Amino acid sequence: MLLIECPYCGPRDEYEFSYGGEAHIVRPKHPEKLSDEEWADYLFLRTNPKGAYRERWCHAHGCRRWFNVERDTLSHQIIAVYEMGAEPPRAARKGGSKP
Amino acid sequence: MKYSIFSLARNALSYHRDWPRAWRSPEPKKAYDVVIVGGGGHGLATAYYLAKLHGVRNVAVLEKGWIGGGNTGRNTTIIRSNYLWDESAHLYEKSLKLYESLSQELNYNIMLSQRGVLNLAHNLHDLRELSRRVNAIRLNGIDSEVLTPEQIKARVPILNTSPDSRYPVLGASLQKRGGVARHDAVAWGFARGADRYGVDIIQNCEVTGFRLKKGAVEGVETSRGYIGAKKVGVVVAGHASVLAAMAGFRLPIESHPLQALVSEPIKPIHHSVVMSSAVHVYVSQSDKGDLVIGAGIDAYNSYAQGGSFPVVEHQMGALIELFPIFSRLRMLRQWGGIVDVCPDASPIIGKTPVKGIYFNCGWGTGGFKATPGSGWVFAHTIAHDEPHELNAPFTLERFTSGELIDEHGAAAVAH
Amino acid sequence: MSDQQFRLADGGRIDRERPLRFTFNGRELSGYEGDTVASALLANGLHLVSRSFKYHRPRGVLSDGSEEPNALVQLGVGAYTQPNIRATQAELYQGLIAESQNCWPSVDLDVGAVNDFLSPIFPAGFYYKTFMWPKSFWIRYEYFIRKMAGLGKAPASADPDYYDKMHVHCDVLVLGAGPAGLAAALAAGRTGARVMLADEQMEPGGYLLGRKVAINDRPAMEWVDNSIEELKSMADVRVLTRTTALAYFDHNYLTLLERVTDHLGPDANGDRPRQRLWKVRAKQVVLATGSHERPLVFRNNDRPGVMLASAAQAYLNRFAVRPGREAVVFTNNDSAYQAASDLVKGGVQCTIVDVRPEPPDELRAAARKQNIDVLSGHGVISAAGTKRVTGVDVSSLNATASGYHDAPRHLKCDLVLMSGGWNPAVHLYSQSRGKLEFDASRACFVPGESVQAERSAGACNGTFDLAFCLSEGREAGKAAAASAGFRSKSSSSSPKVESSPETPIRAVWRMPPKDPGGRYNKHFVDFQHDVTAADVDLAYREGYRSVEHLKRYTTMGMGTDQGKTSNVNALAILAEISNADIPTVGTTTFRPPYTPATFGALAGRDVGELADPVRMTPMHQWHLAHGAKFEDVGQWKRPWYYPKAGESMEEALSRECKATRNAIGILDASTLGKIDIQGPDVAEFLNRIYTNGWSKLAVGRCRYGLMCTEDGMVFDDGVTSRLAENHFLMTTTSGNAARVLAWLEEWLQTEWPELRVYCNSVTEHWATAGIAGPLARKLLSELTSDIDLDSKAFPFMSWREGTVAGIPARVMRISFTGELSFEINVQSSYGLALWTSLMSAGAKYGITPFGTETMHILRAEKGFIIAGQETDGTVTPVDLGLEGMVSKHKDFLGKRSLSRPDTLREDRKQLVGLLTEDPRQVLPEGGQIVAELKSKPPMKMIGHVTSSYFSANLDRSIALALVKGGRSRHGETVHVPLENKVVSARIGPPHFYDVEGERMHG
Repeated sequence: MLLIECPYCGPRDEYEFSYGGEAHIVRPKHPEKLSDEEWADYLFLRTNPKGAYRERWCHAHGCRRWFNVERDTLSHQIIAVYEMGAEPPRAARKGGSKP
Repeated sequence: MKYSIFSLARNALSYHRDWPRAWRSPEPKKAYDVVIVGGGGHGLATAYYLAKLHGVRNVAVLEKGWIGGGNTGRNTTIIRSNYLWDESAHLYEKSLKLYESLSQELNYNIMLSQRGVLNLAHNLHDLRELSRRVNAIRLNGIDSEVLTPEQIKARVPILNTSPDSRYPVLGASLQKRGGVARHDAVAWGFARGADRYGVDIIQNCEVTGFRLKKGAVEGVETSRGYIGAKKVGVVVAGHASVLAAMAGFRLPIESHPLQALVSEPIKPIHHSVVMSSAVHVYVSQSDKGDLVIGAGIDAYNSYAQGGSFPVVEHQMGALIELFPIFSRLRMLRQWGGIVDVCPDASPIIGKTPVKGIYFNCGWGTGGFKATPGSGWVFAHTIAHDEPHELNAPFTLERFTSGELIDEHGAAAVAH
Repeated sequence: MSDQQFRLADGGRIDRERPLRFTFNGRELSGYEGDTVASALLANGLHLVSRSFKYHRPRGVLSDGSEEPNALVQLGVGAYTQPNIRATQAELYQGLIAESQNCWPSVDLDVGAVNDFLSPIFPAGFYYKTFMWPKSFWIRYEYFIRKMAGLGKAPASADPDYYDKMHVHCDVLVLGAGPAGLAAALAAGRTGARVMLADEQMEPGGYLLGRKVAINDRPAMEWVDNSIEELKSMADVRVLTRTTALAYFDHNYLTLLERVTDHLGPDANGDRPRQRLWKVRAKQVVLATGSHERPLVFRNNDRPGVMLASAAQAYLNRFAVRPGREAVVFTNNDSAYQAASDLVKGGVQCTIVDVRPEPPDELRAAARKQNIDVLSGHGVISAAGTKRVTGVDVSSLNATASGYHDAPRHLKCDLVLMSGGWNPAVHLYSQSRGKLEFDASRACFVPGESVQAERSAGACNGTFDLAFCLSEGREAGKAAAASAGFRSKSSSSSPKVESSPETPIRAVWRMPPKDPGGRYNKHFVDFQHDVTAADVDLAYREGYRSVEHLKRYTTMGMGTDQGKTSNVNALAILAEISNADIPTVGTTTFRPPYTPATFGALAGRDVGELADPVRMTPMHQWHLAHGAKFEDVGQWKRPWYYPKAGESMEEALSRECKATRNAIGILDASTLGKIDIQGPDVAEFLNRIYTNGWSKLAVGRCRYGLMCTEDGMVFDDGVTSRLAENHFLMTTTSGNAARVLAWLEEWLQTEWPELRVYCNSVTEHWATAGIAGPLARKLLSELTSDIDLDSKAFPFMSWREGTVAGIPARVMRISFTGELSFEINVQSSYGLALWTSLMSAGAKYGITPFGTETMHILRAEKGFIIAGQETDGTVTPVDLGLEGMVSKHKDFLGKRSLSRPDTLREDRKQLVGLLTEDPRQVLPEGGQIVAELKSKPPMKMIGHVTSSYFSANLDRSIALALVKGGRSRHGETVHVPLENKVVSARIGPPHFYDVEGERMHG
């Protein structure tokens, strides 16, 4: 049971959140100009790494805000939490601290 | 040594001291015609059929841990072929047919127990989808029927079929040929079978990279050194994306935990397999007596083989609503496996952007039932460098063309 | 037999003032409050409690705690019965009824024991090698195998008890109230931290409960009592007994199960829950979960009367029970000497057999003082007796413990006490993802580095000496509190205890058989599953060499005890066989829960009507009172149809359909999802979300929209109205409302934050009554004076605000039935008033309430789709024939996917109408369509029936279907092969009634 620090509400149990998959996949500005392969890449291809992963969460049963999390998919350690549209914090690259 | 009641009796006289190893434990050779990465059921089956049906016997199966230790040994052992779309139905039916004679074929009792699989419908929408499914399966020549609540009650008397239930049971589909099997035995039986054809099964050998030349594979780097390979088949449920990254491409796959649990063993009380996808519960009783219970997948990506507690909590409420007499029974053990999920909930079995590398992945929650069929078509694909007609629709390219095989079931609920 | 003849005259922690009667296998027996079932049975001289899983060997009590593999009983009767309860943990209560399991006709005379004689052909994994012929027979063999397997029985009826859950946070969670745990809780509590202390036993004290040791020169239990008193006096400290920590999850989240009333029996729990699941998020955790003594592995080590030395000591000291008269204490370490000493004091004759050639002198001297013979360098070869041990054969071991020097010597006894060293209870540490290390001198696995915010202290950390346990516990408690932000205010020292030097154990993992080359087939490793040392050998020989393979092949450690007494012995034997060291072999994974957890407790209150919320509209009571049949749609209860007395469903539907087409019908449409959307950029937002254009929608107008997922598949549909320049109201399908809102929010927040758009769910703010039919305008005109209902003033697809029946309302002129129709939205609290006003004013026109089924029929007559019925996540707008709604002038979600090769195919499944050749014949929904009929399957399917009804208005059946290339097949005849008949139908356009739409526009 993860303890996720909502940037707007503070730490809350996993129960309260919904998951939004990989972060930083930007919707193409002009989909009509993309090849089928490029469109499929946007639609379906994912990095799905074992280790640090940037993903989106929504505090669905709280403030309903979306935000980004960097989390280790093996240890489930949360390395960083940052707002939508923000760049991942630098510290995130070094691996985080214990929960 | 052939396994039989006679060999058991004979060996009893020598206190079972003469049984040979079920499979050897050879040192890896410098190179193989085919290297299979992943010693789960699918990988071992692939090696077995490569050797047996395609005469490709210079084969190694590389397993980073112990064979059958991934999802093969973690699933709820349900076998069925009641799939909606023709492509899936044909593939899973091939697998079920292979299962039906697998114990004899491998001379290893995998304990296929065709005790019937019921899928419950709890509302009119479910019922409509169920009818669609049963009709499609039947017209594909696969056994399937619809049961009324009365017929369900007769088959599963412990199921709460009261109309006042929070999840009333309005009907069910039944596949009589569906059932369960002993999951470990499937891996071990294929391992023993493949070994007899000379396949090298190499455990504790983790693949750490691919050696490529001009877009084609030359071999694999492993924790036990470099191993050359003309062709490499990758069947690593739960790690497909990781291996794909090593080979330099991405997959339309996300890895999620799938949890299961067993109760303490009790005397036989539940004789068929009951599944309710609406409330994410499936339950059967093993020969040992424990109730084997599966959940829905955990929401977030993970490679940790253990799931999140809320999933189990939620599932228990639904379980007890469906089976009120289970309330005082106890959970003995819970665990998780990592499932690789494709956007259309169907697998990918075929060639990849790298010549000589083949992937068999994305089975999601449904891989165990496909084990022999998956190995059978994957062996064909590797041997011929082109898919068999059964797996031809399950390409990586379908995500570009849009020709998905959407097995999510109905996407939305009605007005 | 006299009652409790093995009970000592005094001592123990039982309450002699409270005698209790109970029944075991039909025999009336007695015990005291404070007894467990096991201690009470032993007090009555009963060792034979159960039969083993596979060979049905007689088995007795092995332990005194949660590690018990043998003494499992069926506890209680009827709806309260519970299988597989450890007699060593079940507390005695007045009138308790327990029975042996897995035996027939009785535990004394068990027919299944024939398996023991057949055991030579039933080694580990035998079933993989046989039962394969004839092919079809496995299911018959299996029938008998299943009957033989299993242990206790499930109750036959629903659970009469209920369960609770608690969600708590604390600074320091201490698990285990033995010396280390108590010391930790005290140290942490004294800093002012919020502390929780939980212990699985009925009272705190841990292993001190069963020992006669002194703390501060007083009996240790006095220190325990004082410590608990101090803890309970602290403001933020909670002490839970009968509470087992089940599991350690991510981010220091743990689940604990409290047995609130189990110990009182079924009749005495009042209105309290039976059990309570504690869900704890702890800043810091101190694990002080103790350790389990290991059995020793020798021939027939499973006979009743063979038990753990520490258990016998506990039965004596804690329960005042003499577990036998003459004991052989078989050990490889120091701890059993104290057990022997205590037992002698309790009147049990003891002989110590120590595998170590040179046990410590002090121990030997102390034993000599008590007239205890010590046979050093000896081993027990085998035990004699069947239902009770009658003696052992012992001999002196050679230097490598691989054989014996002398001929065996027989020692008579009725009790054999084993002490094979101690396994720290590292389960929770391991679940916290910590990696275990092997401590060679103590021959056990101990916790390595912490991964989560936890510390281990005391025996679970491999610290067995009491003095060290106390100091380690205290340090752990202090450190945990400090990490949670609480500093110790006062300094206090550990209580005073005698410390004795520890000498290393001599691990002999399996005693050699009597003769060189002899067999290990009765050397039990896993008692419950009858796994012997010979089975470990066999598994290795056959190549099942990973410890996980060993476990799965032999089923070692898979019983209800999950291998607490067997796993380390098994893997050590495997290491010995394979010439590997123990850490290389490693352990199997410690999976949760620590001990079995009641399903009902995991579900808590989420059962019955609380399993899932039920949603009802404000008019629900009216529907109920008027005989509506309901349909579940998502969580909603919706009226399905309203049969009148004696009316069949068909008759009711026919009546509802005709009334709506000919006069007026009324539908409760409150369940439709409603999303209020405001902001200057809403029109642009809707342009991106919906396939059609929204920029030109005027205030006061409504528009139907389709939304797709990014892969171009229809996801939801509904009507959206422009309430004001910057204010829209979107409707969604009933079951999809939450998903659509989440979808809108996701795009707004994650992709288009620049859009000034704000969404809010208002589904339950509004109640909606839809009136439809040629008389709808007439009826409405009688109830409103401030809305101009003239068709020009209030055209189709527009909305007006006003009052209806005196209630402020938003009236939408939209239609899902194809009739002239108004949807009247009022505040929820007025819903029922609106409905009853409409009903009474409409009575003279024959207003007829209709449910979802009639709505479905009427819309199908018009060919309107239902998202989720005509679509299934694989259908594009074009497939539905709605290409007119797919804008060419703008991008929208999913648009690019509509031009992929597969979505451009001409032969995609497309929406068509079907008319059966026999107009009376109604196709089943879900029927599969073939163009070419064959005598039997397989047949090539080209589509399926999505909707199908008998249309009373058309007096014939109608159906909608998705058919490959359907739009170019109009006029073709196709077939729907069913189980025992074939229905043929003609393909046509997907609408059947008022194609021009004059009625709804009128």
